[in-house]
Amino acid sequence: MPDLAIETHGLTKRFRSQLAVDDLDLAVPPGAVYGFLGPNGSGKTTTIRMLLGLVAATAGDARVLGADMPRHVDSVLPRVGALVEGPAFSPYLSGEANLRRFDAADREAPRRTRAARVVEALDRVGLSHAARKKVHAYSLGMKQRLGIANALLMRRELLVLDEPTNGLDPQGTREVRALIRSFAEDGTTVFVSSHLLAEVEQVCTHVGVMSAGRLVAQGTLDEFRAEGETRVLVRTPDAARARRVMAGLGLDVDEEAAGGIRPVTIPATDAAGNAAGDAVVARLGTRPPESVVAALVDAGVRVRGFETLHANLEQRFVELTGEGFDVVQ
Amino acid sequence: MSSEVEAGTTSAGRGDREAVVSRPALQAGGTLSLLGSELLTLFRRRRTWALLGALALIPILIGVAIRVAGAAPTGRGPAFLDQITNNGLFVGVTAIIVATPLFLPLTIGVVAGDAIAGEASHGTLRYLLIAPAGRIRLLVVKYVAAAVFCAAAALTVVVMGTIVGWVLFPIGPVTLLSGATVGVGDALLRFLAIAAYVTVSLLGMSAIGLFLSTLTTVPVGAMAATAILAVASEIMDALPQLEWLHPWLFTHYWLGFGDLMREPVVWDSFAENALLQAGYVLVFGALAVGRFITKDVLS
Repeated sequence: MPDLAIETHGLTKRFRSQLAVDDLDLAVPPGAVYGFLGPNGSGKTTTIRMLLGLVAATAGDARVLGADMPRHVDSVLPRVGALVEGPAFSPYLSGEANLRRFDAADREAPRRTRAARVVEALDRVGLSHAARKKVHAYSLGMKQRLGIANALLMRRELLVLDEPTNGLDPQGTREVRALIRSFAEDGTTVFVSSHLLAEVEQVCTHVGVMSAGRLVAQGTLDEFRAEGETRVLVRTPDAARARRVMAGLGLDVDEEAAGGIRPVTIPATDAAGNAAGDAVVARLGTRPPESVVAALVDAGVRVRGFETLHANLEQRFVELTGEGFDVVQ
Repeated sequence: MSSEVEAGTTSAGRGDREAVVSRPALQAGGTLSLLGSELLTLFRRRRTWALLGALALIPILIGVAIRVAGAAPTGRGPAFLDQITNNGLFVGVTAIIVATPLFLPLTIGVVAGDAIAGEASHGTLRYLLIAPAGRIRLLVVKYVAAAVFCAAAALTVVVMGTIVGWVLFPIGPVTLLSGATVGVGDALLRFLAIAAYVTVSLLGMSAIGLFLSTLTTVPVGAMAATAILAVASEIMDALPQLEWLHPWLFTHYWLGFGDLMREPVVWDSFAENALLQAGYVLVFGALAVGRFITKDVLS
């Protein structure tokens, strides 16, 4: 069993009175694409800074690529490419000069191949045309790409990408997704923090969710989704009877029909001019959805629409971290 | 895309890592590489050239003013000012005497104070550290770069002064403070020695600037604090009530290069100055390391 790519036990960081990261037990298996989720201010970046040895933990320990951090930063970090809290460059240098500078700081990066590796990295993120432009003339998206190029200067065993698609246009976002997939295919472990859930859902194999400095959930994406409840939504003019039938089947019928659950679908149906009637929503539990339809039809309920609603990542995320702007701080 | 290039560089990278080259040798090479990159960055920066340009203006102003207005009355103005019309070689010496109390320390304050705080304010500090540059290694490289700038600054004033003097005034053998007269070549060597003296004088201050630079993410704060300390030290050096403190002030020997203008050259003040500056470098270097290796990098 190979070491975990990232492993923390009881990792804690306290800034004066504020507990930024609280008793974190991360486990990132090698080869995983790990989505590190959490609302703004939930401790994601502080965690990343601790993993990379920029910030000292108040308590607990962190192992990256099998070695204790921050004691082994010098031997571990050359194998790690990272984008931390947005890209940062010397504005008065060109993109190319900035990359060369960071590469020169890595004492394991061979000088001989530096120029070629910089050109290659710029090419991979589509910045070859702007290589000689000063960074202060770069757009936000270009800086973001340059930041990703910096993480790619050497072959890495682990990539830590903090909000990699921030500021990118849809094309750039797709490219980053494709890049992440290609690293994963090469066996590189990718640890990507994001609050763009759809993004994470598309590329990640594993998910961890932070809330107010604590890791509130962690596992494979499938496990994570399975923990969420599946519901069924029935559209019928005979709402009362449908409720009775479904309750009779042992389903937990929501009192407020469809209240709060994907309210968008209801006006959409109405707009189609189809008098679909009311929507009845119930938690499915372990029962196969088709048996519900059969029971409803047997009981003479006019079923005009039937949907199973899987909890998507966003619903799980909100369940775990709270609604709206009232997220736990 | 060119995965061949990728694969090629990768195996090269791995090869180097596992090669027979001993680790210290590899690291020494890496440190030189980082220093080269740091110097390139420093001297590619427009600000650096603006600072050196401002310093170069001092001898130009002195030379042109005297050329236009005529010789200064004997015994007034900075030392050697009255001799310039007789011998243009004195422009460089006069300029460095004028620049040492304020202009030079200001430029050193900018470069040394910016060393770490500037990287922090750009956010590049975190990327240098995760490269990983190594915290102590980064401090050493930053300090050496600041020291190189000190030399560049002192040389700029002396060399520019000599050129200006050469162009605007007659040149001839130089009468030294001890009364002896030396040829132009000998005098030029002494001017270089003065530039070296001034460079050494600024090393202690550079270490103070580097330390202050590790305390903040606002470079202007560290720059101003460094320059203010230099001026404060000079003021204390001028107060007779604080005489017991004078030999310990890092500015105390700043204008002591007159001994290089005697025949034979008296090196005592050079040595005393170097020893004092080394003390400052050790103390503030240690403080900078102590602060920086435990610092949480949040910028």
